[in-house]
Amino acid sequence: MNLKNPFNNSKLPINYLLKNGSVIDPDKNTIEKKDVLIEGKIIKDLKKNISVDEKKFKIIDCNNFFISPGIVDMRVNIGEPGFEHKETIKSACKAAASGGVTSIVCMPNTYPAIDQPAIIQSIQRKAREVSLSKVFCTGCITRGAEGNEICELQLMREFGALGFTDGNKSVSNARVMKRALNYAKSFDGLIIQHAEEPELSQGGMVNEGEFATRMGLTGIPNYSESMIIERDLWLVRDTKCRYHVSHISTKESVEIIRKAKKEGLPITCDTAPPYFMLNELSLENYRTFSKLSPPLRTEEDRNNIINGILDGTIDVIASDHTPHDQDAKRLPFNQAEFGGVGLETLLPMTLNLVKNYNLSLTKAISLITKNPSEILGLKTGKISPDLEADLIVFDLEKPWKINSESFHSKSKNSPFDDILVQGKNLMTFVRGRLVYKS
Amino acid sequence: MTEEKVFKNYPHKHLLGIEGLLPDSINYLINLSKKYANYLEDNNQKLDDLKNKTCINLFFENSTRTRTSFELAGKKLGADMLNISVGTSSIKKGETLIDTAMTLNAMQPDLIVVRHNDAGAVKLLSEKVNCGVINAGDGPHEHPTQALLDSLTILRRKKTISGLKVAICGDIMHSRVARSNIHLLNTLGAEVRVIGPATLIPKEIESMGVKVFYKMKEGLKDVDVIIMLRLQLERMSGSFVPSIREYFRYYGLNNEKLKYAHSDALVLHPGPMNRGVEIDSELADDLDRSAIFEQVQMGVAVRMACLKALIKDK
Repeated sequence: MNLKNPFNNSKLPINYLLKNGSVIDPDKNTIEKKDVLIEGKIIKDLKKNISVDEKKFKIIDCNNFFISPGIVDMRVNIGEPGFEHKETIKSACKAAASGGVTSIVCMPNTYPAIDQPAIIQSIQRKAREVSLSKVFCTGCITRGAEGNEICELQLMREFGALGFTDGNKSVSNARVMKRALNYAKSFDGLIIQHAEEPELSQGGMVNEGEFATRMGLTGIPNYSESMIIERDLWLVRDTKCRYHVSHISTKESVEIIRKAKKEGLPITCDTAPPYFMLNELSLENYRTFSKLSPPLRTEEDRNNIINGILDGTIDVIASDHTPHDQDAKRLPFNQAEFGGVGLETLLPMTLNLVKNYNLSLTKAISLITKNPSEILGLKTGKISPDLEADLIVFDLEKPWKINSESFHSKSKNSPFDDILVQGKNLMTFVRGRLVYKS
Repeated sequence: MTEEKVFKNYPHKHLLGIEGLLPDSINYLINLSKKYANYLEDNNQKLDDLKNKTCINLFFENSTRTRTSFELAGKKLGADMLNISVGTSSIKKGETLIDTAMTLNAMQPDLIVVRHNDAGAVKLLSEKVNCGVINAGDGPHEHPTQALLDSLTILRRKKTISGLKVAICGDIMHSRVARSNIHLLNTLGAEVRVIGPATLIPKEIESMGVKVFYKMKEGLKDVDVIIMLRLQLERMSGSFVPSIREYFRYYGLNNEKLKYAHSDALVLHPGPMNRGVEIDSELADDLDRSAIFEQVQMGVAVRMACLKALIKDK
């Protein structure tokens, strides 16, 4: 492999034997030293002391490193089509591969929006050309994500849409949401909601409260999130459709979802690293890179998000990767765009929960592999023989400082710039090919 | 023609719906319809069963086939048929439904056939008149003569209704045809299923004695009769269903989906058809499988029977 280029999209078949790595199996909840034999696209064998013909297999020593299923990131904005100056499928796939994300699930807020099968096909065709991480799509719930008419959900599903969401917009009309849930129920589809009451958050920039008041910024109340979830739960109770809430950020949301799960409703949810790593104080000095949607909340909210992760209320951590060019962020706070990149920081941020909050390593890995994969109905995010070899090799201990300038993503708007972290992805395998090596 | 040989009679003053009718009453109407159907096949002369009787067709909603069918049925029996089409605009002239009913009642007709776009409106009208009233469709509630003619058509092809598996497909929610058929087929002992996207299946319809399916493949398995329903244009784009092409792909009946059903399954459609929306054009024209035009034919006979049964000698 070329040393200068850590990426490899060659189609040359190479078989690998990963020796002596600590294999994290989120399915069996185990970590054991094992060898992993990759032949062609699939994991051929997984046990101690595998010996092979050295001419036919490339042997990689993984002693001191962990081997886990590749990350499934269920919330990524890829920029293409429409916003290629912020991110392209190629740059997003590079960022993903280097960050250990083997499956990207794109949000439909492209331009044009992913609201019909043809756009899914075009994205998949480009992703095949790039040939690094796997790229999956979600489709819009409503045409153009405008919240009025439901899209061809079933056709989009046939063409590969894993779920349906209006991305960074809430479906605020209860009647439309009810019909979408009802319609999706007919074919066991998944509806994903960005929970935010748009009338309440209109013009809002940050979390409503003392901090917003002192800064002189318009606030977004935290119940603007929980009231949409509560409303939707009535619809889910009625329709029994599978429902997933994206990037929850408040204490109340965690409590409502915890209760709904106890009730047995088919609900799942995810959060993103900023909501358990940062609070609203990161916005000091009007730091636009920390201007996110939903906004960073209070320390109490952050602690409750962590509790939600620890007790299993929160099923998934997704990066919520939202690339923005400099021109969209170097602006007065009110004019700057919402969102931050996250593909390349998802792994260390998740591992931070292991280091600082006693989350078990297998559970942490489940949050970014097995759980999203199961919610979306994918055959990845697991490590066992006969599955496609979507794997990563990472160093759990390696300390490093996040430097957005070194990101492979086209945009550098990370809210985590300059933070010290531990844990780094070293190698990424997708369908048995080593697509990234640091 | 006489009716003594079959069942005793039709014991009600009105025909407002199928719900609540006993099997005897239904069978009486169907048998009388059969007789008229047989008569029409061999003769084109008018009968004088309803000579000197006056019947008013009062249609608050646009209709061609049902109104014409009633008109023709009445004329075949020698009755005087009056058509009153009350467009929605003229209702806005101010007369209430009850006033309209009382005005017509003063004209002393022998029967009024009413179609209205509101559920229950025909029943309200029937309470204010002295003569019998036939419901020719009230909103999404009931359309009893359609259900009767569907059953008559099925009977001509399948000999019996009891024990048949019948699937009603499409827009169940807004369909009076579906509701009347569910009642009638259940009363006569068929196993009734409804198939459609969940957005078009009304809540707790199971309580009407049907099984609900969301996929054609599962719902059509082994059925003997398929009743396709019309999907109205305004419901196709984004409100209840995303698009015509998606609807046709998953819920439109074509020869391929028909294979899931029993090999000699019969296809019915109350009309007017949307070719390429709920039914494939080729299938609609296949006279072995689809009885769509036979249904229209039976419609006249059924309406003759209903008129005859409800207009009683004073």
